[in-house]
Amino acid sequence: MSATTITPAPRIQGGTILRGLLLAGLAILAMLPVLNRLPPESVLYVSDFVVAVSGKWICYGILALAIDLAWGYAGILSLGHGAFFALGGYAMGMHLMRLIGPRGVYGHPVLPDFMVFLGYTELPWPWWGFSSFPYAMLMALLVPGALAGIVGWLAFRSRITGVYLSIITQAMTYALMLAFFRNDMGFGGNNGFTDFKELLGVPLNTAGARAALFYAALVALGVSLLLCRLVTQSKLGRVLVAVRDAESRVRFLGYNTTSVKLSVFVLSAMLAGLAGALYVPLIGIINPGEFSPGNSIEAVIWVAVGGRGTLVGALLGAFSVNALKTWLTSFAPDLWLFVLGGLFVAVTLFLPRGLVGLLRKGEGR
Amino acid sequence: MTRFLRLLAVFLLFAAPLRAQEGFEAVVAGLAGGFAAQAEAVERLGALGDPRAVPILRALSEGRLQKSPEGALAIDGRDALTGAPAPTATEAIRINNRVRGALRGAFGRLELASASDAERAAAAAGLFRARSPENIQILEDALGREANPGVRATMERALAASRLAAPDAGVRRQGILMLGGTASPEARGLLLEARTASPDLAPEIDAAVAAIDQRLQLRRVAETAFQGLSLGSVLLLAALGLAVTFGVMGVINMAHGEMVMLGAYTTVVVQEAFRGIPWLFPWALPLSVPAAFLVTAAVGAGLERGLIRHLYGRPLETLLMTFGVGMILQQAVRLAFGAQNREVISPAWMQGVITLPGGVEVTQNRLWIIIFSLLVLGLTVAAIRFTRFGLEMRAVVQNRRIASTMGIRTGRVDAMTFAFGSGIAGMAGVALSQIDNVSPNLGTGYIIDSFMVVVFGGVGSLAGTMIGAFTLGLVNKLLEPWAGAVLAKIAVLVGIMLFIQRRPKGLFALKGRAAEQ
Repeated sequence: MSATTITPAPRIQGGTILRGLLLAGLAILAMLPVLNRLPPESVLYVSDFVVAVSGKWICYGILALAIDLAWGYAGILSLGHGAFFALGGYAMGMHLMRLIGPRGVYGHPVLPDFMVFLGYTELPWPWWGFSSFPYAMLMALLVPGALAGIVGWLAFRSRITGVYLSIITQAMTYALMLAFFRNDMGFGGNNGFTDFKELLGVPLNTAGARAALFYAALVALGVSLLLCRLVTQSKLGRVLVAVRDAESRVRFLGYNTTSVKLSVFVLSAMLAGLAGALYVPLIGIINPGEFSPGNSIEAVIWVAVGGRGTLVGALLGAFSVNALKTWLTSFAPDLWLFVLGGLFVAVTLFLPRGLVGLLRKGEGR
Repeated sequence: MTRFLRLLAVFLLFAAPLRAQEGFEAVVAGLAGGFAAQAEAVERLGALGDPRAVPILRALSEGRLQKSPEGALAIDGRDALTGAPAPTATEAIRINNRVRGALRGAFGRLELASASDAERAAAAAGLFRARSPENIQILEDALGREANPGVRATMERALAASRLAAPDAGVRRQGILMLGGTASPEARGLLLEARTASPDLAPEIDAAVAAIDQRLQLRRVAETAFQGLSLGSVLLLAALGLAVTFGVMGVINMAHGEMVMLGAYTTVVVQEAFRGIPWLFPWALPLSVPAAFLVTAAVGAGLERGLIRHLYGRPLETLLMTFGVGMILQQAVRLAFGAQNREVISPAWMQGVITLPGGVEVTQNRLWIIIFSLLVLGLTVAAIRFTRFGLEMRAVVQNRRIASTMGIRTGRVDAMTFAFGSGIAGMAGVALSQIDNVSPNLGTGYIIDSFMVVVFGGVGSLAGTMIGAFTLGLVNKLLEPWAGAVLAKIAVLVGIMLFIQRRPKGLFALKGRAAEQ
């Protein structure tokens, strides 16, 4: 398959506006939980809904960064990142379920309600250790990372690239969705996990806990952004872009493209897992619907809209598309799918570099 | 002398039914007597085998048979024998349990003489359950008259079961041998029950049970194979269009599932349009096939000319863009037709079940879909091999620029190829409307499977698509009894991922210049 050159190597060139926009956006986000504490009469008051929704967007932002790292920089279009996100979410969900303890409807000291309901007598082995927070966080990163490692190793080793890889990753998330919908998998079946009580000893239904989770997500976003920047600015980042644009040539120059691609794919999957782990306590539910292929491909379009190959673009896309979605679905839910579908068409046809390309001067096609 | 004999024969010919009729009426009159007389009359009616007794006995069992003080019988205000209006001063005839028992036996015997195949089979099935040695004689008689093979089989089973209940060990052994010749789980149950009752016959029974088990196993394998073929044919239909657009053109069309969905909705529309025209209505489904082809081919041509052609050489963008198109099509259909499932009526010739020799049951609509999928495959191959369009298409695939130099309008060929692939998807939609819910997201369930088939079979090879589809269908269904439907599907997906490790280009890899694209 011939490699295609669309975007030049990413330089935040003339990107002062963009960087300013990004910092301003992050600053506004950081203010939200504070403004939420103001009296409701105040002009600057921000409702619980806005805080909750922006907390969700922050997690989506991390997911978008993860996809951008793989697709925008290394040219790996994964249509299965929703699976990594959901696996991270499930790891956190399992921890939260274990923390419910005897407060469940059935009052069993160890088993979550759905297991009591299904007649389990003891905890299945995948659940062992999830009562510990560090272990759960570790799993939220390691399980998606390991899955990406296996799938990526199998795929990159036999030089499966381009659309074939996309389809395989889509099949992966589809298979996981089917598996997680099953009750006898021991992961809550189609109801998933919900009714969480506390995290790290703090009840989840308080304003304080919500603000803390929000800040945790924001900090994670910042760290992810720095990490991605570190990777993309490094020598590895240069090789990644070279692999994206002309993989065979890089290989002939003596680079091991398989391990380069594999390492960035695994890193990307772990970031997606982190996003999922932060997402679940904020939203209060995780179910197998998160694995649906549509979710993954929707996340890809955030990156495409924002501008792949630039980290700012990924965030810009995640926020703007989700803002549009929240706004539009509130008064014209029927229209949303037309708009989303239209975005897919319009961005690929007219805006190959996304909004970032539009904002940059002198680089339009 | 001969004249006398002839006269006698004629006399007897008329007299015999006359006498029988008198007898019948006399016996019926017994129903008005006491419980003992009733039971005797019921049994004699059963033995007579006259079908006129059926409505009378039914009325008796349902408490609708009435008698006048004079002893005349009436059903619902009409004389039970003549059907003439009867006097109203009547009382209902009551029956006791002994009469009820006699009635059950009589019904079984009378219905064995019924003119309707279904009634005779039902009666035999009833006697199979009754398992009384008293029925051996009746069943043997009935078997002597029976011509319908299906009913015969049921009667034989009933006879065997009745023999199994006989006091004589020899008769029972006969019954065991007969049951051992069937492939019926019910017979197996009976035999196991009889094993505890008569330990002396245990070796024969064990042999018979083993024979049944073997036959049942064979039938299960055959039925699983049919289900696998059926799934394979569905996969083939869904993947064939993709094999053309993705395999031949290299265009990855994520809206392919929506083309299938549009085909299914075309079927709904054609059916609605023909609903008012009774003589045309049975043809709605066959006529939907070309209609669906035209509709989806038109949509496909529009899609190719309007959007996809701008993205040639950029497969990832094409993938995303067509996904968006799929979303728009899905939502448009959802708004136009509603989100709920639409019903598509199967024509009579597609309904029902065919029982193959050996008791293998095959649903008609699935059989038709297998045939249809092979027909569509044949037409596709023929179109690519033998038509001018197919020739031009192959030329463009092999070398676009030389084809263009030769005067082939490559843009038009692209549009037609894409329209052709989409049209095949539309025809698949017509077939799927028969076995799946017609809803706006009908296509999403098939798109991943279709890609798997094409990748597994080898991109660009129609033979590979066919073999891939049937292999995946069979493997899926063979795994299902062990692993369950979902795990079987996952196992197949994982299996394909491992398979393309060994053969990245699929089962039937293209060789030569075309493979390099």
